[in-house]
Amino acid sequence: MEKIVLPDIKDLHIINVYEQNGGYTAVKKAYAQSTDDIIDQVKKSGLRGRGGAAFLTGLKWSFMPKSNDKPKYLCINGDESEPGSFKDKQIFEFNPHQLIEGILITAYAIQAKTAYVYIRGEYHKWIKLFEKALSDAYEAGYVGEKMKEKFGTEFYCDIYVHKGAGAYICGEESSLMNSIEGKRGYPRVKPPFPAQNGLWGNPTTINNVETITNVPAIINKGWEWFSKIGVYELPSGTLLTDLIYKYAGGVPGDKKILCVIPGGSSMPPLRGEQIEGVKMDAESLKAYGTAIGTAGVMVMDEDTDLVKVLARIAKFYYHESCGQCTPCREGTGWMLKILNRIVKGDGSVHDLDLLVSVANNIEGNTICALGEAAAWPVKYMVTRFRDYFEKRVSQEVMLPVANKVHSMRNTAFPLAEIKE
Amino acid sequence: MEFKFTEENLGKIENLLKKYPTKQAAVMPVLYLAQEQNGWISQEVMIEVASILDMTTEDVLGVVTFYTMYHQKPMGKYHLQVCTNVSCMLRGGYDLYNHVKAKLTIDNGGLTEDKMFSLEEVECMGSCGTAPMIAINEDYFENLDKQKLDQILESLKSKN
Repeated sequence: MEKIVLPDIKDLHIINVYEQNGGYTAVKKAYAQSTDDIIDQVKKSGLRGRGGAAFLTGLKWSFMPKSNDKPKYLCINGDESEPGSFKDKQIFEFNPHQLIEGILITAYAIQAKTAYVYIRGEYHKWIKLFEKALSDAYEAGYVGEKMKEKFGTEFYCDIYVHKGAGAYICGEESSLMNSIEGKRGYPRVKPPFPAQNGLWGNPTTINNVETITNVPAIINKGWEWFSKIGVYELPSGTLLTDLIYKYAGGVPGDKKILCVIPGGSSMPPLRGEQIEGVKMDAESLKAYGTAIGTAGVMVMDEDTDLVKVLARIAKFYYHESCGQCTPCREGTGWMLKILNRIVKGDGSVHDLDLLVSVANNIEGNTICALGEAAAWPVKYMVTRFRDYFEKRVSQEVMLPVANKVHSMRNTAFPLAEIKE
Repeated sequence: MEFKFTEENLGKIENLLKKYPTKQAAVMPVLYLAQEQNGWISQEVMIEVASILDMTTEDVLGVVTFYTMYHQKPMGKYHLQVCTNVSCMLRGGYDLYNHVKAKLTIDNGGLTEDKMFSLEEVECMGSCGTAPMIAINEDYFENLDKQKLDQILESLKSKN
């Protein structure tokens, strides 16, 4: 099985090594073709976004207007903050030039002269590693104005790094653009979509780091080849059980699996006894009522306290909600409070229904998908592990203080008399 | 106390401005420079940043308060960021967090009296394959347990 994004080549992050292994040949090949041809090949390859939404990349590019009356922008999303995911980090460290080459091809395809690589602020080290690679590429003439000479084209493009500052929401594409513009990272209402109205009101395409790193391989080896080999570094459709037992070395202490989250903490969890036969691809996971997300798999053994885990997940989304939409801002806090109550042992069975109700009222009622990301784990964890959660709550609703007024409503004494 | 950028940083700001078509877009990197120079983002820092970038102080404040990595109060020489998100939690992240809290007798967001250490409970830092982890200033320390963490803290203390 050939690895596309992280091949087993020593020192591939060094520009000479990358060149010796066929680096920067795809971009030359691409620049000899028309932009429509490139977009067409990426469309046919079936490449989908690796940031979580799995949208068809070529199709996204084709939304960019053809006219050149406004500047166009490309944003590369390396905000990678979904709990359980650390894939883009590996690319910055081990294969940054393939990412740069992918950016050069993409920028050409959509005719963007400026590309911003948005990297989360906590990745200080990986920002430095990527900036080193980028300055080497500039020096070698692959990026910037020198490109005209190097490739003999009119087209050239600049690549800049923009460092985030610790906000999960900035991985949402419209929030990311606001962040680059120097504003609070609030998601924007869509439509208008970024291809019409993006950075500073200009046509903009936003792609994930891993997505773009695949592009040079599609150009070099052809879309037919790419469409056959599937998606991830392990072939798409690898059994989840193989992934856990064969590739990851199994569960420490040979314990039973209680719960698996297949694609970052916002994806609906699966029960341990449910994972037999589940394949790691978009269709199979969908059939089991979950999604591939970032494909960052988290496995929990039988000793795990699921209530605490869910409370921690809820805390994360409560912390990261940007506060723009009421259902998400308030709802995430309510869910956390209820879950903390259950953790303390003060929860009732009514709280479980209440959690699902709050989650349902967030889902679909917010500007961006953080609403769903916060609602899904709560909703699906509570419904799929109802038996587990019911053992942790009392069967009756308990009032912390006996309510005198309510308890007297049906008595013969009117309120006025009680006061006296 | 008035805040002014050093000559060197003013040069850096000039270069930063070339990356963007508007001045405001440079606010995040300029705030990072200010934080590096001043240690934290004070009211005076925001006033200076706003005047350099033709923004209102309120807009700068809006940015500072939105992003968790801009510190609105002085932090320790070593800023300890302990991840307690799910992957780390499953591998003992809370044990580390509680251990640091007890050892340094500070709470989340707290600063030790000698101003050496400050503590922050942080969200997923993308080290799930090597959990549990803590970050100290800009560096990641991974695959930790209490003993290893103690060693790290001791070595930092003995440096001073």
